[in-house]
Amino acid sequence: MAIAKKAFVWGLFAAGGTVTAFVFPVLIALFLIVALGIVPEGLRFENIYAFATNWVGKTALFIVISLSLWHAAHRLRVVFHDFGVRMDNAVANAVYLVALIGTVLTAFYLYKI
Amino acid sequence: MSMRQMELEVMRYDPEQDDEPHFQSYSVPCEDDWAILDALNYVKENIDTTLAYRWSCHMMVCGSCGMMVNGEPSLTCKTFIRDLPDKVRIEPLENFPIERDLVVVLDDVMEKLRMAKPFIIRHDEPPPEDQEYTQSRAALYKFKQYTMCVNCMCCYAACPQYALDSSFIGPAVLALAHRYNIDSRDQGKSERLDLLADHDGVWECSFVGACSEVCPKSVDPAAAVQQMKIDGAKEWWKQKLGGGKS
Repeated sequence: MAIAKKAFVWGLFAAGGTVTAFVFPVLIALFLIVALGIVPEGLRFENIYAFATNWVGKTALFIVISLSLWHAAHRLRVVFHDFGVRMDNAVANAVYLVALIGTVLTAFYLYKI
Repeated sequence: MSMRQMELEVMRYDPEQDDEPHFQSYSVPCEDDWAILDALNYVKENIDTTLAYRWSCHMMVCGSCGMMVNGEPSLTCKTFIRDLPDKVRIEPLENFPIERDLVVVLDDVMEKLRMAKPFIIRHDEPPPEDQEYTQSRAALYKFKQYTMCVNCMCCYAACPQYALDSSFIGPAVLALAHRYNIDSRDQGKSERLDLLADHDGVWECSFVGACSEVCPKSVDPAAAVQQMKIDGAKEWWKQKLGGGKS
């Protein structure tokens, strides 16, 4: 026996959980404000764009988006298990594939900005 | 001392005679300061000698009298009738096969307990004969709460993951393993993680936390399992990058 591969995905899940718990409520609140028509200076298009063209900004966005995807993927896998779906391998492959595609696309689009 | 008439609905099952478990009611005159275990002992001594259940110490140390009391995994010596309504339902611990009446088969957990190596493992030389492995008070407090576990298995009865899949190693065994992993005198952490961070180990826990809620000894197995996940993840990287066991 050896340490299962789950250790790796759990690491991403835990890191993603920490990121989403801290960052997502703030992001949701900020973008709600923007959606209501109140746009603070820092959230104006030019400023957000400038943030995303900068390498520090890109790295921050990549970490937040990709880790959140891995967190969501693993959480979904556990939810399937809790609902009695006994196809853990298939579920795991499907959800992690989506997270992987999301991660690659995030890197690609951030690179292109 | 005032008395109170209680109705005990007890699950009965004799595998040699019954097709399936059924309930039997006993009316028991209870004294105010009795625990459920006292009421069961009254039934056994005065009403029905065929009732089977486990108990030994009557003081929250042996961990034998774990049962479901009104659906809640409880040590019956610690569950007082003054906190309960007049009608109480008593069942064997959930998630275990029933041996007879309120007695469950614990072989699965006992086997897993052996796997977890719940003892101090040393790789270097033992200390000279007249000495001991010393330990600071701070190091002791790190794991002390986990030594309180009495193996009553209430946490297994509460664990939804163990209920879904009994190959999961489960809360008490993982908490005991963690107790030795974080003991400053122990050197067997990597060895234990190889077993306990395997497929059916810590990862199966979805951190519902019911184990810690029902623990009659206030141990926090849920926390132990989460800490073991972190250790397991670190150990995985160590083995991948370091090319073997640390």
